[in-house]
Amino acid sequence: MNDGIRRVGIAVVVLFVGLVAQVTYLQVGRSSQLANAAANPRKLFADLRRDRGPIETADGTVVAFSAPTTDEYKHQRVYPKETAALFANVVGYQSIQHGTVGVENTYSSQLDGRTFDQQLKSLADAFANKQPVGTVVLTMSKLAQGTAAFALQGKRGSVVVLDVATGGVLAAYSNPTFDPNPLASHDSKTVDGAFALLTKDPDNPMLSRAWRELYPPGSTFKTVTASIAVQNNIDVAKTFPVLDKIPLPQTNGVTLANFGGEHCGGSLLDGFIVSCNTTFAQVGFDLGEKFATGIQGFGVQTAPPREAGSGIDPPIIGSTGPLPGTFQQNQPKFMQDAIGQNQVLVPPMQMALIAEAIANQGVILQPHVVDCVLDPNDKVVSRVGVQQYKRAVDPATAATMTQFMLGVVNDPRGTGTAAQIPGVQVAGKTGTAETAPGQKPHAWFIAFAPADHPRYAVAVLVEHGGSDSAEVTGGRIAAPIAKQVLQTLLSTAAPASPCGGQPGNP
Amino acid sequence: MAVASFARSRRRAELSLGLLVVAVTVGGYILVALANGPKLPPNVAILLAWVFGLYAVAHLAVRRFAPAADGTLLPIAAMLNGIGFVMIARLAGAGRDYPQQARAQSVWVAIGIVAFVVTLIVVRDVRIFERYRYIALLLGIGFMLLPLVPVIGQSKGGGRLWVGLGPVNFEPNEVSKVLLVAFFAAYLSEKRELLTQGRIRIGRWFVPSPRDLGPLLLAWGMSLLVLAYEQDIGTSLLFFGVFAAMLYITTRRAAYIVGTVVLLVVGALVAYKAFGHVRVRVENWTNPWAHPNGSGLQPIQGWYALGSGGVAGTGLGLGRPWLVPLASTDYMFTSIGEELGLVGSIGVIALFMLFVGSAFRIAVDTVRPFNKLFAAGIATIIGMQTFLIIGGVTRVIPLTGISLPFVSYGGSSLIANFVLLAILMRLSDDSARAEPPAGALAGAP
Repeated sequence: MNDGIRRVGIAVVVLFVGLVAQVTYLQVGRSSQLANAAANPRKLFADLRRDRGPIETADGTVVAFSAPTTDEYKHQRVYPKETAALFANVVGYQSIQHGTVGVENTYSSQLDGRTFDQQLKSLADAFANKQPVGTVVLTMSKLAQGTAAFALQGKRGSVVVLDVATGGVLAAYSNPTFDPNPLASHDSKTVDGAFALLTKDPDNPMLSRAWRELYPPGSTFKTVTASIAVQNNIDVAKTFPVLDKIPLPQTNGVTLANFGGEHCGGSLLDGFIVSCNTTFAQVGFDLGEKFATGIQGFGVQTAPPREAGSGIDPPIIGSTGPLPGTFQQNQPKFMQDAIGQNQVLVPPMQMALIAEAIANQGVILQPHVVDCVLDPNDKVVSRVGVQQYKRAVDPATAATMTQFMLGVVNDPRGTGTAAQIPGVQVAGKTGTAETAPGQKPHAWFIAFAPADHPRYAVAVLVEHGGSDSAEVTGGRIAAPIAKQVLQTLLSTAAPASPCGGQPGNP
Repeated sequence: MAVASFARSRRRAELSLGLLVVAVTVGGYILVALANGPKLPPNVAILLAWVFGLYAVAHLAVRRFAPAADGTLLPIAAMLNGIGFVMIARLAGAGRDYPQQARAQSVWVAIGIVAFVVTLIVVRDVRIFERYRYIALLLGIGFMLLPLVPVIGQSKGGGRLWVGLGPVNFEPNEVSKVLLVAFFAAYLSEKRELLTQGRIRIGRWFVPSPRDLGPLLLAWGMSLLVLAYEQDIGTSLLFFGVFAAMLYITTRRAAYIVGTVVLLVVGALVAYKAFGHVRVRVENWTNPWAHPNGSGLQPIQGWYALGSGGVAGTGLGLGRPWLVPLASTDYMFTSIGEELGLVGSIGVIALFMLFVGSAFRIAVDTVRPFNKLFAAGIATIIGMQTFLIIGGVTRVIPLTGISLPFVSYGGSSLIANFVLLAILMRLSDDSARAEPPAGALAGAP
């Protein structure tokens, strides 16, 4: 019998050796993979327990920081009351139940001080006893964002302001917005209650209207149409007939009318200044396929700007427009697309990029909300450089278009005269975009200033902000908002950024 | 005289190892509290008295009733029990059922020790199991049927294997475990010759007659049937393995192993087809990531716990073992692996290997066939059960809900295992008195 007992004993030992092998495989071989798996809640807990650096604006306001707590997480993310809602869409939040979004997400490693550069720098500092947490400095300023929010006066919509020289986003405000503090709470009931309220709200305050929602751009898109026409050497002196409506081909007599049955025509510049639909529908028809390829230069119906270090999260939604190769079967659509209706849908950020293209001699830069990361001694660890996103048009075309846009604001017939700023040349374009039948149109205005030496490009959208069907609506509702923002920014000396002077071209 | 001095050295070893166990257990308890700040737990003196007192009672009972028994089994069991208790007390900080479990477990341990002492006192001679083997069989099957009785039978987690009497819930299969191993040891030792040599000749082979094999297969089949009905796959597998091992030890005929494996495969296939919860278990084993937030949550989180522990572990009180459902019972092992790391998990496996090794050693050393089979049966049952649950939570094999002996939370399992321990001690004492092992003066074999 002893022989049998020994054999069974050996069998049991073999089974146990198998267990030891498996445990070793899991706790040594796959340890780091399992410990750092995205679905492992221990990882999130560990992240939450870490000290985390602050997020501050270019003008030095702290918009997010970690306060020590006595609970098991050790740190509580705090979004100071004054700026919490103002920057919520951009900065985002760090939530136990609902994950991390915004700059909190895209710059999480830097805030935690976990990047290679940060670890290396802290090694060099022999007395560094602390985690080398990073400070993330935004390109955005409290002044720009605050003025945008103030100028919107609670209307549902969005204001985007870009720094023409760098592509940095100065303001990307969406109204309504939300308070991220309850979402970052460590009390799950508080979080779930707040999250449920926000997701059920019909106004959808967590939606970043500035870059996540698509709208028809209306007549502001004539800037693109006119640019493509000029770029393709259309006869600028050509005179378009004065009409109140234009028949659409392939439709059995459907017409495209001017706002309020207005009669307009004349040169391309005339059509641009008064925002003449019949003129631009004709231009769209004349351009045909060139229109579909031309819009891609402006970032429409192509991959949207998506730069890893931009800090924009969730990423910018792609703009839609007519597809190349479809003009023959879609002629009436192209004519409507040319005035920013039908297939053309863009987020306000995209319209700001279009204004920037004209201001910046035809070049669109990669938009970004983060400027640089600082170490605990406020030295710059990394900086987001200036990068070209696309070349939309030639400098010559951009110069012509600047004159067109100046006309919109300066010419007595212009639709954007409300944007005039004493002593500053403002170039702009109004838009009144038709939406669903029975709904008021969206009011738009895009602009840049000063026109001779552009510093800021702006896009303003007021959802269903139009009060009637007159083309002047965009000019009356949206242009004053753009004017207020530009005037404030141009009249206030910007404080020196903690990141230092302007970043050069890499 | 030789027996007396050798018994003394064994008891000394048991006492000194026991003091170490008490120190480690209370030390672990203090470490858990220190994880939350530099403050000693308020009840540490009570715990020290309780742990020390219980061990002293068990040790003194062995001195009195089984003085020559193996000196390592009790400290190993106590160590495993201590690690388990520290982990349950540690989980109490996470809320849910755990605080109540920690309180209950401290009582269950005491009841387990009482059961250990009572078994030592009552079972003065293991031949009592031999004599009343059919009563053991009937009682064993009777206990097994209890959960199927209406009113008192209760279902938990897909299996109907609980009995509720007032406030106390009880798993009768744990008792059946003891009784059925006793029956099989008695029956097999009696029919050894007939089963080995066979009475009927078929061609070149002698096979046992159905009359000899019948009661065995009947008992086996019935117990498996009942277990299948209660959907307690873990205990089914356990019995399967233990009986196959005991048959093999009795007869040394590989045909029984082959036959058992064939039966096991057929049974597994039938169970897979017939029971939804068996299919879920198998799918969770092969690919838990198919339902990461549903049925796969537990195995995935178990892996995460072990992986997060790494080699050294997070440290007691510093991990998050409660993220795995059933962290104090089925998944006790991953809780230990997370906080004590690879060192702790291999340590636990090593303790079980030592325990099972000592038990097999008793089986080898003892002379009477019944005693041999009984000891080997108990060794196999502890070894198999350990393999089934650790292999289950680490996904070496599909998970079968069964407790980690001495470690997991649970009263019935703890009591049954302490009874098995007492029987092992009795068998060891008998063997040592009859024929002290060579070199016994060196202490434990």
